[in-house]
Amino acid sequence: MIRVEDLEVTFGAGRDAVRAVRGVSFAVAPGESFGLVGESGSGKSTVLRVLAGLNTRYRGVAEIGGIAAGRGDRRLPRLVQMVFQDPYGSLHPRHTVDRALSEPLEIHGIGDANARVARALEEVGLGPAFRFRYPNQLSGGQRQRVAIARALMLEPKVLLLDEPTSALDVSVQAEILNLLKRLRASHRLTILLVSHNLAVIAHMCDRLAVMNRGAIVEEMDSEALRRAAPREPYTRQLLLASRGYDRAVAAGLVTYD
Amino acid sequence: MSALLEVEDLRVTFPTPTGPFEAVRGVSFSLGRERLGIVGESGSGKSLTGRAVIGLLPPNARLSARRLAFDGVDLLGADARMLRRLRGRRMSLVLQDPKYSLNPVLRIGEQIAEAVRLHRGGSAREARRRALGMLEAVRIRDPERAMRLYPHEVSGGMGQRIMIAMMLAPEPDLLIADEPTSALDVTVQMQVLAILDNLVAKRGMGLIFISHDLDLVASFCDRVLVMYGGRVMEECRARELASARHPYTRGLLDSLPRIDRPRELLPTLSRDPAWLDPA
Ligand SMILES: Nc1ncnc2c1ncn2[C@@H]1O[C@H](COP(=O)(O)OP(=O)(O)OP(=O)(O)O)[C@@H](O)[C@H]1O
Ligand SMILES: Nc1ncnc2c1ncn2[C@@H]1O[C@H](COP(=O)(O)OP(=O)(O)OP(=O)(O)O)[C@@H](O)[C@H]1O
Ligand SMILES: [Mg+2]
Ligand SMILES: [Mg+2]
Repeated sequence: MIRVEDLEVTFGAGRDAVRAVRGVSFAVAPGESFGLVGESGSGKSTVLRVLAGLNTRYRGVAEIGGIAAGRGDRRLPRLVQMVFQDPYGSLHPRHTVDRALSEPLEIHGIGDANARVARALEEVGLGPAFRFRYPNQLSGGQRQRVAIARALMLEPKVLLLDEPTSALDVSVQAEILNLLKRLRASHRLTILLVSHNLAVIAHMCDRLAVMNRGAIVEEMDSEALRRAAPREPYTRQLLLASRGYDRAVAAGLVTYD
Repeated sequence: MSALLEVEDLRVTFPTPTGPFEAVRGVSFSLGRERLGIVGESGSGKSLTGRAVIGLLPPNARLSARRLAFDGVDLLGADARMLRRLRGRRMSLVLQDPKYSLNPVLRIGEQIAEAVRLHRGGSAREARRRALGMLEAVRIRDPERAMRLYPHEVSGGMGQRIMIAMMLAPEPDLLIADEPTSALDVTVQMQVLAILDNLVAKRGMGLIFISHDLDLVASFCDRVLVMYGGRVMEECRARELASARHPYTRGLLDSLPRIDRPRELLPTLSRDPAWLDPA
């Protein structure tokens, strides 16, 4: 469903040129849930933005359902949608929930907006009372639900999630993760999830890839992560650091290039 | 030893069309040269508590307290000049969202150098050198390049570290860090925490660490306040957080996914109105 091969993204030019993504390859089967973890600045968001068609300057293969991303194919928005980390930034502050949800339908000339919006709200656990609210009248978790509902309006087959719960408290995170699991089953969604939280990745994903400096270090299934059996030293260090703060561990951290 | 910060019966109230809304309802704690964690669900009043201490509440907020003192100085009675001095040099706040605290049209390097000069004076070159050193300290790769970037060109985790570097520029005695590491990968997070840990251990800085990450707070802090509905539900030693008794704290702990304990669905919090009854 998702195919990425030898993906290369470079930002800037001259001395400030940075190869944000360096020859990344992975594939995600229909209905599968795949995680991306790794160092801050390692290119995770950039990979998602390429697949979502938001970053069109790339080399290599980035395909959803056999269609190249960011090359103007009008079928893509109905196939793939992205949810961002920041529930505050991803909704227009002066648009009601109703407008946020009906807009994608209008743009794609889909009728029956009224019933579709009502159904979408119900699906993400927000009652009709929320329909005419503005984003500043919603909590962080409610906003993230609206962002997910909006992403689902066009009934995509693929959902790209960039740190969807890192700005939320743990109880709301649990609600959103439960919601995503339910939607994944009922809509047969394919999910690509970026998170710094290895426990969230292990909980949500079948397989994952670990990134460092723009490249994939290793790919494994979540079971291997659970057994704490990664092959690469970089991943082992990641796992060690995820067990909480420890002065000695902090002092012993090394940089992998 | 007298406390670095004393907070007694802190209240923060907002006017609303249906009457005043009390967002912080009688919070009391004291802070030494230690790491104090504040956890609790969204909207429980963590950020407002931190902002009230530093004097950065929204304009429509009303603050009251029986006592609010920093290093023996009564913050409620101090004059404006005194407060500005304290707040600029000796107390610092790292905000929850770096995007709103960085100036979008200034390069990162200019912003940090500006912060350095504001607090320490010196030449532009000296400020630049210090700014570079600070970016290195928060483990930004290729700090030379980072200095030349605009805020929209840095990744989420870089932005957060830049904020931390700026707030540490004046070498404050009290640092309030509001979700300072939520966008960092776990290794960089650990390195940034080690910097804060060092400042507490070596320079005797006091740290208030606000976070949703209960496991992180349990491993990093000395003590923890657990907040709900503007109140402190429970206070405990950080190492003992995992065995906390209060059903609210238990609920928060249970809702965390855990690598070694796979579950199909996660339990969510069921709130009990009785938690808000005055004790
Ligand atoms: N618009 C841009 N202009 C210049 N450089 C950019 C731009 N967007 C991203 N970059 C650079 O690309 C690299 C990868 O960034 P990206 O946002 O993909 O990282 P990430 O893995 O998502 O990190 P984080 O976990 O911190 O969010 C970084 O070095 C970043 O500075
Ligand atoms: N400017 C404001 N006007 C009215 N109410 C406000 C304002 N700022 C905050 N509040 C309310 O005060 C309460 C506490 O807010 P606060 O930001 O301290 O929560 P928090 O514990 O930091 O939550 P989070 O984990 O989501 O950051 C919330 O109910 C919030 O809606
Ligand atoms: Mg990112
Ligand atoms: Mg807050």
